[in-house]
Amino acid sequence: MTTLSEAPQHRTQELDRVTIRFAGDSGDGMQLTGTQFTRTAAVFGNDISTFPDYPAEIRAPAGSLPGVSGFQLSFSASDIHTPGDQPDVLVAMNPAALKTNVGELIPGGALIVNSDAFTQQNLNKAAYTSNPLTDGSLKQYNVFEVPISTLNARSAEGLEMTSRQVDLTKNFFALGLMFWLYERSMDPTLAWIQSKFGARPVIAEANTRALKAGYAYGETTEMFHTTYRVPRAKLPPGLYRNITGNEATGLGFLTASKLAKRTLFYGSYPITPASDILHQLSAYKHFGVRAFQAEDEIAAIGAAIGASYGGALALTGTSGPGVTLKSEAMGLAVMTELPLVVIDVQRAGPSTGMPTKVEQADLLQVLYGRNGESPLPVVAPATPGECFTMAIEASRLALKYMTPVVYLSDAFVANGAEPWQVPSLDDLPDIGVANAERGEGIFRPYARDPETLARPWAVPGTPGLEHRIGGLEKADGLGNVSYDPENHHRMTLLRAQKVAGIAKDIAPLDVFGPDSGDLLIVGWGSTYGAIRSAVERLQAAGRSVAHAHLRHLNPFPANTGDVLRSYDRVLIPEINLGQLAMLLRAAFLVDAISYNRVRGKPFRIQEIVDEAERVLAGGSNA
Amino acid sequence: MTTTEAPEGTAPIQLTRKDFVSDQEVRWCPGCGDYSILAQTQKVMPDFGVPKENIVFISGIGCSGRLPYYMNTYGFHTIHGRAPTLATGLKTARPDLMVWVITGDGDALSIGGNHFIHSMRRNVDFTMVMFNNRIYGLTKGQTSPTSEFGKRTKSTPMGSIDRPVMPLTLALAAEATFVARTVDTHTEHLQRTLEAAGRHRGASYVEVLQNCNIFNDGAWREFTERDVRDDRMLVLEHGQPMIFGKDRDKGIRLNGLHPEVVTIGHDGVTEADIVVHDAHAEDPYLALILSRMFWPEFPVPVGILRDVSQPTHSDLIDEQIDAARAKSGEGDIAKALVAGETWTVS
Repeated sequence: MTTLSEAPQHRTQELDRVTIRFAGDSGDGMQLTGTQFTRTAAVFGNDISTFPDYPAEIRAPAGSLPGVSGFQLSFSASDIHTPGDQPDVLVAMNPAALKTNVGELIPGGALIVNSDAFTQQNLNKAAYTSNPLTDGSLKQYNVFEVPISTLNARSAEGLEMTSRQVDLTKNFFALGLMFWLYERSMDPTLAWIQSKFGARPVIAEANTRALKAGYAYGETTEMFHTTYRVPRAKLPPGLYRNITGNEATGLGFLTASKLAKRTLFYGSYPITPASDILHQLSAYKHFGVRAFQAEDEIAAIGAAIGASYGGALALTGTSGPGVTLKSEAMGLAVMTELPLVVIDVQRAGPSTGMPTKVEQADLLQVLYGRNGESPLPVVAPATPGECFTMAIEASRLALKYMTPVVYLSDAFVANGAEPWQVPSLDDLPDIGVANAERGEGIFRPYARDPETLARPWAVPGTPGLEHRIGGLEKADGLGNVSYDPENHHRMTLLRAQKVAGIAKDIAPLDVFGPDSGDLLIVGWGSTYGAIRSAVERLQAAGRSVAHAHLRHLNPFPANTGDVLRSYDRVLIPEINLGQLAMLLRAAFLVDAISYNRVRGKPFRIQEIVDEAERVLAGGSNA
Repeated sequence: MTTTEAPEGTAPIQLTRKDFVSDQEVRWCPGCGDYSILAQTQKVMPDFGVPKENIVFISGIGCSGRLPYYMNTYGFHTIHGRAPTLATGLKTARPDLMVWVITGDGDALSIGGNHFIHSMRRNVDFTMVMFNNRIYGLTKGQTSPTSEFGKRTKSTPMGSIDRPVMPLTLALAAEATFVARTVDTHTEHLQRTLEAAGRHRGASYVEVLQNCNIFNDGAWREFTERDVRDDRMLVLEHGQPMIFGKDRDKGIRLNGLHPEVVTIGHDGVTEADIVVHDAHAEDPYLALILSRMFWPEFPVPVGILRDVSQPTHSDLIDEQIDAARAKSGEGDIAKALVAGETWTVS
């Protein structure tokens, strides 16, 4: 036994940024563990970015490779844009989690494993032929074997619980250990346990003990000689909270309805990864929100169009497969020129694809996946926090231009979290529009505002404005059914011009970096963080590189062509096979180079840096 | 169906049939049963006392889908099968409006079958009028979900191999709170049925047996023609025995779970043996039995099979919103924005 005097000196090391990945069985509570660490880091004042990565199966067979659930988070003392390319620390709760995740751990990184889980049976399930803890295959990492299950079970002694129930608390042991290692307070999590399990005191006690036991283990064992401190980030002053993209989306549309002074209606059918928005809006009943779980995707949008017709701010939310089903009704909203927002939280496709994984391959679907010439505006938030502002923007465009708008989120931006500066309601725009009222002469439901080309919103209940609309072509102005050839041509152009005219009413495309130069990297949606970080690295290395990120994908900002033409080369990284690149090439005749990876994962910063270097060195489309 | 009362101190609204006639030229085939349905609908509207700006007609695709154009109210000609979904959303956002859904057998029971079921079970406060002509008319004569087994059409040259849907049974199975059947040519009965359906609060379903004289002429003729209908149809009246026939001597008796046609005065049958109709029974058993009766085995029941009172979809939504407000107070956006932990960076 080592005596106290011989114990190695405990050190504290200050770091700018740490990336941790928690990985375990989908029933091990890894998402909860990651979320708790994130909250604690966020409340402390770090900048954070998270990447929950979970299987579509709710409970795949325990210990199996497909059942591994991971949560990666990066927290830092400086401004960060991504959850990190590779973790510095991997917490692996079983052999399957180790096997599927260790490849991404940086060499020399810390690997904390639940050694109790490395039984022959679990090794077999993970298809290990020998035990990686003993066969030397983990030499390049700093391995900490912790018998988490055993130690955790000991902490729960005396509580009236089954061993299975006790085992379910072991994620808190791991969390406690990580809190100690990174000098974090347990208080936010202890408070959370009380609020969550207060009604079940035994469960609350077990989780509390597990958390404290993990923390104490770090403190008393001599396994860890160093703890780490990541100071507060220097964020702009203000009030902050932690927010995921889906949360910000729900809050954004709730706020939009108040700004527009209209009832919020949300029609949706459960679908990963959009269901959280339905859950959130369903909990806003005290705001008068009418959230409706429909019998299918079509009913969800049909009901939203009905609510919009009645004067509500109406939304429908789904993912790519649902958009496919909604296409016909989206066309009806185009034809009837009613305000509507269609939220598409994109996931990997085609068909059912990979429901929990990220992809950006619905862009062409939402632009062109309908019969006829069926134009509608498309917006895409770039970060979790930005989902709030883009939800308001989507609502503004829908109401002002009397049009369906697609709001393109994705699984990464929807589930990822970051610190979000809470806006003041006074700073938000007034997006209200007036209903039509009885005027002189005959009512013309398709008369247009000369500036926006929007038609009047004549809601039922308004005397004197009784009129009929529908999916059949409308006579310009009067709105009666018309099969007149010239009228159809004119109406087709008018619908297109109305949407194209929005370009005058949206923010110009902003450039990060020099106004002209060797290379412009253009992105949209959730690739923002990886591209921005890559451009920062390239600029730091002296490269003439800029970043432009499109939030409006139809129409494009008015200056888009000018921006693209100001650089020698244009590189467009996308998690698809080049959809934005195709649009920009077609619209602006720019010989853009695509960089495409569709793996169900966000880009790594380094791969964009590498691709940019390749293009800067003269490389063309691969 | 909600009716809007005239504001206190003002005279009740006095509208006539003409107020509900739009300026659009009616374009159904000459001789189509839809003309009669339109005329009776326009005729019955003033009786509700609802200002016409508070009335919305929503239709799907098919010949029936044109009806809203001819009503001088608010109207929405939507897409195939989806009218109930728009009506559901509209009633959710605007419970104050009186909403009618106009549909056909293909629109409601084939492409829109799912919405038919779910709008009924939710008891959305609208009146669905389904024009049943047992054929696809607008697409020029293909088999429909109510076409009889073996029916030869353009798409079933050797006869339909699909058994027909029984619309009233389906509506009852979907928990509709008002279920009725009427006939396009029986104008007085049609008008009476539409009025009762319009006055019902909750999902009302009316099947109108309608003749398509171009693609399926005489689909219902065997029992709806003037000279045979008294013997071949059973006009249901709540609280009245199920007696029919020119001589009012035939009736329906229940033999266990099975209905049977009996003649009063024969084999010892008296009026006391005849089933008395109860449209307000909470349970749907009698209505379900009636919904299965059809010519030639039975006289075809027309009238109101079921009319029961249940909270509507909008009632329940409003109740939950009120309860949430009573518990948490009126929602405050500023508070929602800072839900969970916050911290200040100075």
